[in-house]
Amino acid sequence: MAKHRGRGVATINYPIGMNLGGDPSQALVHSNPTGKFTVALSSIDLGQGMKSVTRQICAETLGVPVEDVYVDTADSDTGPHCMGSFASRGTHRVGNAVMVAAREARAVMMEAAAEELEVDPGDLETDGRGSIRVKGAPHRSISVRDVAIAAQFRQGKTISGRGIFLVPLSDVDPETGEMSPATCYAHACLIAEVEVDDETGDVAVLKMTSAYEIGRAINPKLVEQQLVGGSWMGMSHALYETPEPYYPDTREGPRDFNEYLMPGPGDICPHDILVLERPAPDGPFGAKGPGEMCANPVLPAVANAVFNAVGVRINDLPITPEKILRALKARGPAAASARAR
Amino acid sequence: MLEFRKDIFADERDDNLHEVGQPTQRQDMLGHVTGTSPYYDDHRFANLLHLKILRSPHAHARIRSIDDSAAARAPGVKRIIRAADVPVNLNTLLSLIQFGKDDEPSLATDVVRYKGEPILGIVATSERAALEAIALVRISYDQLPAVFDVEEALKPGAPSVNAAYPKNTFEYYSKYDHQKLRYGDADAAFAQADIVLDERYQMSPIEHAPTETNGSIAVPDTNGRYIVYTSTQALFFSLDTSAKINAVPSNQLHFIGGTVGGGFGGKVDTLTEPLSILAARLTGAPVRYRFSRHEEMQFGSPRGGERIYVKDGVMKDGRVIARKVRAYFDSGAYTRLSSYAVVKCAAHIPGPYTIPNVSGDIYCVFTNRTPATAMRGFGVTALDFALECQMDKGATAVGMDPLEFRMLNAYRDGDMKAHRREAKNCALIECAQVAAEKANWPLRDEFRRMSSRQGGGATRAGGSADRTRAPAPAAAAPAAPTRAPASTPQRVSYERPMPAAPPRTAPPAPPPRSAPPPPPAAAPAGSTHGTPRFSSVFGTRRR
Repeated sequence: MAKHRGRGVATINYPIGMNLGGDPSQALVHSNPTGKFTVALSSIDLGQGMKSVTRQICAETLGVPVEDVYVDTADSDTGPHCMGSFASRGTHRVGNAVMVAAREARAVMMEAAAEELEVDPGDLETDGRGSIRVKGAPHRSISVRDVAIAAQFRQGKTISGRGIFLVPLSDVDPETGEMSPATCYAHACLIAEVEVDDETGDVAVLKMTSAYEIGRAINPKLVEQQLVGGSWMGMSHALYETPEPYYPDTREGPRDFNEYLMPGPGDICPHDILVLERPAPDGPFGAKGPGEMCANPVLPAVANAVFNAVGVRINDLPITPEKILRALKARGPAAASARAR
Repeated sequence: MLEFRKDIFADERDDNLHEVGQPTQRQDMLGHVTGTSPYYDDHRFANLLHLKILRSPHAHARIRSIDDSAAARAPGVKRIIRAADVPVNLNTLLSLIQFGKDDEPSLATDVVRYKGEPILGIVATSERAALEAIALVRISYDQLPAVFDVEEALKPGAPSVNAAYPKNTFEYYSKYDHQKLRYGDADAAFAQADIVLDERYQMSPIEHAPTETNGSIAVPDTNGRYIVYTSTQALFFSLDTSAKINAVPSNQLHFIGGTVGGGFGGKVDTLTEPLSILAARLTGAPVRYRFSRHEEMQFGSPRGGERIYVKDGVMKDGRVIARKVRAYFDSGAYTRLSSYAVVKCAAHIPGPYTIPNVSGDIYCVFTNRTPATAMRGFGVTALDFALECQMDKGATAVGMDPLEFRMLNAYRDGDMKAHRREAKNCALIECAQVAAEKANWPLRDEFRRMSSRQGGGATRAGGSADRTRAPAPAAAAPAAPTRAPASTPQRVSYERPMPAAPPRTAPPAPPPRSAPPPPPAAAPAGSTHGTPRFSSVFGTRRR
């Protein structure tokens, strides 16, 4: 009777956006009379940071500080259509729609500034800090605030923009499954280290090391919260959770969190995460999205680590102590770890 | 614990940005940490009524009679909502994008098809009054045989679950009971493989377990409109679904949401909005319909339990030459979104690997359990579990390091995928490299030098000089794999012979292990399977 350590790995990719496309999102961007911008959406912030990601994309595209942009969502009377927050589509689809809208608004803003400065709009640039200046002659500048006031009250221009992003719906060949499922994919590799008690069947996840390639990371902190939270969900999925513990038998279903087994804070393990950014050609600033995928590699990595530790393959989730003990028993007394690593 | 590897793919990025890439604090952080962010259930109404649902205690039964007369007289009860009160009772979520038949009633009429299916709604002055009235309703049922296992449900004579799909499978393209994927000739390749691994995997359903359960409040507004505060993950999806079921123009509904207490797909289903709106329309008062934790756990849609069979043909040198996947998605009693996940699953086969012969048959199966729905990684999570366990078994079978085995088969830019689109913007190899480095997982030099950007697809045909060659199997030869054919089949290559194969510029330096490496996969005039030929690191590639 002993505890055995093992390591397991998984490498995965994940498609961004609804399968086959056909899932549009829209955005409206407009300035108030003093140069503060509102992004109107109907997209949902589930806690993943929809508002923050679109806010940063809008600020970057307009060339204004992020504090000068506010994202208003989700009100069906004011926000234009969005398919919804699912399918790892928020950053990519909504981000692109916001970019299109912000570009249109920026073009009007630059025209209005050009009129005030009496130069060609093509000679202007934003400084990202709230001013617009002549390229190569930064002393000739005007604040976004003054541009907005001028546009509104003197020039009669609306500094606003409309955006939509749609990946056209792909056909599927019924015979071969030929299709265009997604325009870009995120990638990951995750290594899990576990300790398996061959007396109790208990599995402790000791450490995870992962690398995620997610296109441009719009906000590193939001990426981190997704990847950390997702790995916890994956670990919970692999080892603990189910509303039907003896699936497909429907009995023994939990009714609340007292009966629904999930790992607690003490079960969370250290997790070293590396982030790679290979920009997606059609992503907003190359962004893809880390949303759904980060639970996925944990399940097989843990299963493979259990095999590496005690030499039994558990092919049915979750990997409960009961299943491990039964598998060890079926394999017979010849114990010892499968392959030391 | 989070670190960026900006050095990788740096030549593809312009990092000269102001706001993008900054760890800016969330716009809604202050509201969240001070408890002032408005979730749907934070809206207060003086005369709020509460909707509770009477649910089926049986997994499959015919409703013989319903007597709700005592409930109607119970204290606090304002209205009983029956199936006949629902303007368009039958719906399917994806009808908004013309996919599938209307198959699920808001309230059951004659048959209940899962334990927990809604039958009757009671609107009362408090949740307690509604629940006490529910206890007074008398329903008599004739129980029907039920089926819970996806493969049992497909057998002849199995109980028919869903009236719209009497054979217990969703219909694809009006002619197939499943989604197909065909690329190359998997069966022919199995006959050529050194090792065939045929395995079964079972995903467990799981709870979405959001902190905030599903719910909504519908409030009569002026001018015949209704304001709906909702926890939905898809505002217009829920609005349009609610408008359809209530048979009202969509602009009579004003949905407000956008701040949601967690959602992993289960809040796409629009489980509460249509009935809270109907209750508000029938009573003229604001009505809240929110799931209790028990309802969320037992009757809110879970992730479906997919059963997946994976059969791989593997060569001793580590190449996976064929992969066949047969999967059954347990949709529960109704379709909801499982039909969509099936197609997404087919698109994901064979995972992030370049395999020349691939076959997939994916079924959306109806059983007498709570309908499953979209959940994080929908259609992919279970498949990744199966495929990545399978890759581990393949590596073990040929005695290779499991990470090197994956990298050997990893897809690269220019490779052809099984759904017949060219791979681009790949990065699997790089993820493996940096994770291995961080975790001190030893990789041999040729694997540390691999690149997703080199050696794939078209460039392979020209014999790219720095292409990594096949490393020899790390032959710490395990016991003969159990399912290996008795007589060792002849090694075949699926490469077409090239007129002048480029010389090997970087011979592999396999660490000397117990067994000598087998000869490299030269390109004999072997069989081809009529598909684009490729191999990540072997010989030449053409398309």
